[in-house]
Amino acid sequence: MIEFHQVFKRYEGGHEALKGVSFGLPRGEMAFLTGHSGAGKSTLLKLIALMERPTRGQIILDDIDISNVKDRQIPYHRRKIGMIFQDHRLLYDRSVYDNVALPLIIAGVSDRDIPKRVRAALDKVGLLNKERQLPIQLSGGEQQRVGIARAVVNKPPLLLADEPTGNLDPELSEDIMNLFAQFNQVGVSVLIASHDLGLIARMKHPVIALKEGRTIRNELAEVDFA
Amino acid sequence: MSEVKSKTKRSSATSYKISFRDRFNTALKLHKENSLQTLLDILRQPTNSLMTILVLAIALALPSAFYLFMTNAKAVSQSWDGGVKISVYLQDDATEKQAQELLTQLNLRPQFEQVTFVSKDDALSEFKEYSGIGDAISYLDKNPLPFAITLTPTSSFADPKSLESLAQELTSLALVDKAKLDSDWIKKYNSILTISEQIATFVSLMLALGVLLIVGNTIRLAILNRRDEIQVIKLVGATDAFIRRPFLYTGLWYGLIAALLAALMVNIVFVLLKQSTSQLAQLYSSEFSLLGLAPSFTLSLLVIGSLLGLIGAWVSVRKHLKDINPQ
Repeated sequence: MIEFHQVFKRYEGGHEALKGVSFGLPRGEMAFLTGHSGAGKSTLLKLIALMERPTRGQIILDDIDISNVKDRQIPYHRRKIGMIFQDHRLLYDRSVYDNVALPLIIAGVSDRDIPKRVRAALDKVGLLNKERQLPIQLSGGEQQRVGIARAVVNKPPLLLADEPTGNLDPELSEDIMNLFAQFNQVGVSVLIASHDLGLIARMKHPVIALKEGRTIRNELAEVDFA
Repeated sequence: MSEVKSKTKRSSATSYKISFRDRFNTALKLHKENSLQTLLDILRQPTNSLMTILVLAIALALPSAFYLFMTNAKAVSQSWDGGVKISVYLQDDATEKQAQELLTQLNLRPQFEQVTFVSKDDALSEFKEYSGIGDAISYLDKNPLPFAITLTPTSSFADPKSLESLAQELTSLALVDKAKLDSDWIKKYNSILTISEQIATFVSLMLALGVLLIVGNTIRLAILNRRDEIQVIKLVGATDAFIRRPFLYTGLWYGLIAALLAALMVNIVFVLLKQSTSQLAQLYSSEFSLLGLAPSFTLSLLVIGSLLGLIGAWVSVRKHLKDINPQ
């Protein structure tokens, strides 16, 4: 699903966030990305979503070399990826339902399909009874579930999550992780950046550990797909 | 496992791709929703938009008022054009008999509808009456005024060009000192009109530019206000067109509402002025009545207002949306 070949990223100002990262995430696999803050986890996810472009190296997503994706095709590229953030990034002036419906409206899904799909997504995250509420009326864990529902409503083949449990207590964190595992079981590829090492260890999925922009542990090494 | 995978691959391949028909219908629906939503937003927050719309309306009302003024000023000069006369002044040494002969000759010409002889005495008494220096004139021992003939051309010779050539031809006659068109001041009036028209055009263009800038700036603030929202929407795969559309509609509405207000303002001023001008026209025993905004002009005002709003928004959106990228 994702292949990184010797990817470097240097930001303007000289900071080198990634220094030659290579790995492959097979289709339908779920994996964790760990490392201290500043190790390059977020940069790696941003490169996949084309929020940043790599300085050097090749990234392949869904069999497409994403350096060939032109700026104006980026929206269509992002529709293949469901993204989840630590700070949820919800629209706080719109209801839970409207937040989840947003990717469908953007993609141009027909009116008659939208309610069905929004409710299916909310059902999966267990928030079907809160669709009329505003995000601010929900707890942190519930807001994160809204973010997940929004990420999966379009049935993207890949989910990317950046510290999805960063602000949650351990019990809620485990719920959220199990939710990701459920999506993975129906075939969605999942890559989660997290520094919750205990939780990661219990989940028994491949791990890539980053330190100062290099992989120090790589259970998805390039040899797996080369 | 491989079976599951291939199944999900197929379903995922169809899930984020949408048929053309659905996409077209959705685009249509979005246009409807965006246009309605942005209009409601403007109407619902009158405090935010009222000032902007008023400024825009004034900027659009001024050129419209100029236009209305010019139309009326031209209509006034046209109502004068029919009544132009040519005054022919004879040479000082011409006798009354010679003058009468010329009068008969001119009377035979088809170009003139009316030919009037003005004797020296008539001219002097008229001059005394209207010049205001009548007393001084009575001290003159001799009437200094020449014989004169006043000619009213038929309407087919009343255009400025034929009048000019008639006057030249008359001047070349032996007895004639000079032939003077009393349309000279109409010409001056018309050239002042032309200059005013040019100034009005220039000022109108500046005001149109002002409208563009005001709408552009309003849209810029709206974009900055919704910066976070735009970032989120970009993250979930919104195209620029999707993000742009509500802002473009907002600009369009601003322009259209302002143009409607401008038309209203000009019409109010028109109603207020109509009475006083008809009084003035009566004093001059003229048939002139003030012309209002033609429906076609009102329509083009609305179109121009909307277009200016749309273009202003477009320029602003192009410039500022590019700078907002998800972090």
